[in-house]
Amino acid sequence: MKTLYQFHGGIHPPTNKTQSTQTPIRLAQLPVKLVIPLHQHVGNCAKPVVEAGDYVLKGQLIGRPDGHLSSAIHASTSGTIAAIDMQPVAHASGMADLCVTLIPDGLDKWIELAPCDDWQSLPHTELRHILRNAGVVGLGGAVFPSDMKLYAHKHKIKTLVLNGAECEPFITCDDLLMRERACEILLGIEMMRTLLYAEEVLIGIEDNKPEAIAAMQAAVTAGGYARMEVIAVPTIYPGGGAKQLIRVLTGIEVAAGVRSTNLGVQCFNVGTAYSVWRAIRYGEPLISRVVTVTGNVAHPQNFDALIGTPMDELVAQADQLPGTTGYIMGGPMMGVLMPSMQVGMIKATNCIIASSDQLFPAAKPALSCIRCTRCADVCPAELQPQELYWFAKAKNLDKAEDYHLFDCIECGACSYVCPSNIPLVQYYRFAKSEIWAQEAGKKAADAARERHEYRESRIEREKREKAEKLAAKEKAAQDARAQRAALAAVPETGTMPVAAENPVQQKIQAAIEHAKLQAAAAKPKNTEQLTPHQLAEIADIEARRARVRELAKDNTEE
Amino acid sequence: MSGFFSPFITKPVSVSQIMLHVLFALIPGIALYVWFYGPAILVSITLASITALGIEALMLKIQHKPVAPYLKDNSALLTAWLLALSIPTLAPWWLVVVGTAFAISISKHLYGGLGNNPFNPAMVGYAVLIISFPAYMTHWLAPQGVGGVSMSFSDQLGYMFQGLLPDGLTLDAVTMATPLDTLKTQLHQHSQIEHILNMPIYGHLAGKGGEWVAGGFLLGGFYLFAKRLISWHLPVAFLGSLFLIAGIFHLFDPAHYAAPLLHLFSGAAMLGAFFILTDPVTSPTTPRGKLIFAAGAALLTYLIRVFGGFPDGIAFATLLMNITVPLLDAWTQPKVFGKKEKRS
Repeated sequence: MKTLYQFHGGIHPPTNKTQSTQTPIRLAQLPVKLVIPLHQHVGNCAKPVVEAGDYVLKGQLIGRPDGHLSSAIHASTSGTIAAIDMQPVAHASGMADLCVTLIPDGLDKWIELAPCDDWQSLPHTELRHILRNAGVVGLGGAVFPSDMKLYAHKHKIKTLVLNGAECEPFITCDDLLMRERACEILLGIEMMRTLLYAEEVLIGIEDNKPEAIAAMQAAVTAGGYARMEVIAVPTIYPGGGAKQLIRVLTGIEVAAGVRSTNLGVQCFNVGTAYSVWRAIRYGEPLISRVVTVTGNVAHPQNFDALIGTPMDELVAQADQLPGTTGYIMGGPMMGVLMPSMQVGMIKATNCIIASSDQLFPAAKPALSCIRCTRCADVCPAELQPQELYWFAKAKNLDKAEDYHLFDCIECGACSYVCPSNIPLVQYYRFAKSEIWAQEAGKKAADAARERHEYRESRIEREKREKAEKLAAKEKAAQDARAQRAALAAVPETGTMPVAAENPVQQKIQAAIEHAKLQAAAAKPKNTEQLTPHQLAEIADIEARRARVRELAKDNTEE
Repeated sequence: MSGFFSPFITKPVSVSQIMLHVLFALIPGIALYVWFYGPAILVSITLASITALGIEALMLKIQHKPVAPYLKDNSALLTAWLLALSIPTLAPWWLVVVGTAFAISISKHLYGGLGNNPFNPAMVGYAVLIISFPAYMTHWLAPQGVGGVSMSFSDQLGYMFQGLLPDGLTLDAVTMATPLDTLKTQLHQHSQIEHILNMPIYGHLAGKGGEWVAGGFLLGGFYLFAKRLISWHLPVAFLGSLFLIAGIFHLFDPAHYAAPLLHLFSGAAMLGAFFILTDPVTSPTTPRGKLIFAAGAALLTYLIRVFGGFPDGIAFATLLMNITVPLLDAWTQPKVFGKKEKRS
């Protein structure tokens, strides 16, 4: 039995998982339309490669990765592109983003795929390339492009941690996936292990999922995998956080701002491993995922649904109940309230909770902090949330940073236990965004200052250069005068030609001659081709001027 | 909807419930108090409670703060109960009212209300009373069976509200100096400890009656601990330090320094350890800070009790240590996840 470690704090909220684990994963119906955002991953937004009106096949590329850190987006089914425009998306900001609207033709016709029987023979760069072009990203919620995480680093990766903990209440998509598709997950894990040259694989699953643990264990045994262990970890929120799970399984604490790979550990979600397998073995891009639909619905369950499926269409298949006030994407601890019920589900959509006033009653008004430190007791990052709250509230941002604000993983455990109902995490999000805004402002100011300083120095330099030129001219003139004087003083030696003696002088002379010629050649442009009327006018003006001069002369003479 | 941002769920726990649990934990001590000294304490508690709620409502209203939610948090009641338990049983009604009013209005609300007061309100109330009305603060009733005379409940009420004593009774006949005070004065008169402890006011460990009440508070403390309403740091560090300091003095000179258990079970040591020092608002938030805070309070308590001029030291020790809280918190910030010393 492997020794497990503990992390500080954590909470035990009601798990509410059994509701959605009663039935197997169901293939969701083809929706009326699909709204597929082009930015579903960490990194640059994918560049659209289709146009409105185009017919696309299932799995066809519609957005290509743009830049180093980016991922591809594909058509989830066959059909016609109706629009590429800004639409509300499943994101905390509530802001619109570039989306491809696809009207399915109902045929669900695949593009020709490139399966690969013998992936071991492919070079690793090729495998990574396949993953990138298949749009495989972390399905645990972070949606980080997986190819970027599957490098054998300069630090040796000892342990590959697979995250099947699924600590958030309500969510069961990984649970069901492990129960039903354990073998394929393990095949994907093996690919990951190869790409990382990792020695051992630890698969962490919370002990409230005995069926998933049994299925995975059976698959490991059946597959004869060496140095691969399925480990039941205690059920505690946020035990499924990457840092927390790594701590529990390996004892290693990955500090904020440190990469786990520097400490010899890499971590992936089990769903990602499944997608890696599908992408490499069958050439299937990531166009669907398992999503839990639960909450205020008659039949909570898991769907295998296409990316881009409007959430309301999906929830309807689980029989939404009256009184639904909105959808939460993710769990109740870290989930995000959707800006509309029609937003398309994305690669990060692990769960949709139909919320109701009954399920999530209105928050009681926040009272004063009594410094009871329940928040500090449960904080998995071992922060002092009550101090951070104080500093964030007072906008004392420097102090908040001193107290490790950026180590906060926003798990919400502090808010959950606060007896004064203070929305603590909101304060930390606010403080973080304030600091980011300040830093952005500071960067802009720095850039402006640099620009200004550069301009000043340029003006200064030009002035100096002008002065130097003038001085040089002056000196040359002086030298010439001195030379002429010397020549005059010594007429006997005057036979020596000046030019030959002083080539610089000669050059200057030549330049002056040239300039004179040019001036002579250049005609006053605005006096060319004048009409007789204009000529008369000019003559008139000249006459007036002459008169004025005359008058002035007379006056001064008087 | 519980709001627009996660988390959308919260644990069903409130300040009001926490305070209610603390009030509940005081009941064993109060019950024993009534058993040994009669029901007058209940009158003091009621009086203090009414005053506290009235002043709290008034202060909230003046400051245009929501009255109902804050009034329901039970924190004013807790202050009232603690103050009532700290002042002598036979206190005239106005003493209770003045102390409570000061505690709630000045030391709590003028500093910003619940959560913002740097000093323990009940202890500020106590300090004000003992400095302003020292004579009234010595009228501790002798426990039942000690001293020749005892007062009936109606006699007690008569004194509390009208300042009248039954014919033929004097205050000196029904009240007594506290066991701690007696010890100090007797020692000044060069008595030996063993002789002093033979006096009828002493019981098994400390003052007769008082030791049982202290035991009641200890029991309540266990309840708070079992309910995870307090951490072990403050009570254990306080009682442990007090035991240690008293033990050292006692070992050094047992004839002049009482045994450590007497200190633990005398005066407000138990009440202080579990109910006063543990006020979260006025104590440090970090584990190490709590240990230092409690040890400091124990040292000050001992010094005031043994070498100072006041009968007990808890109140002033608490207030003095309250001053250090911001500093202790800043000094004792724990290391965060992943940033601790390398463990080999």
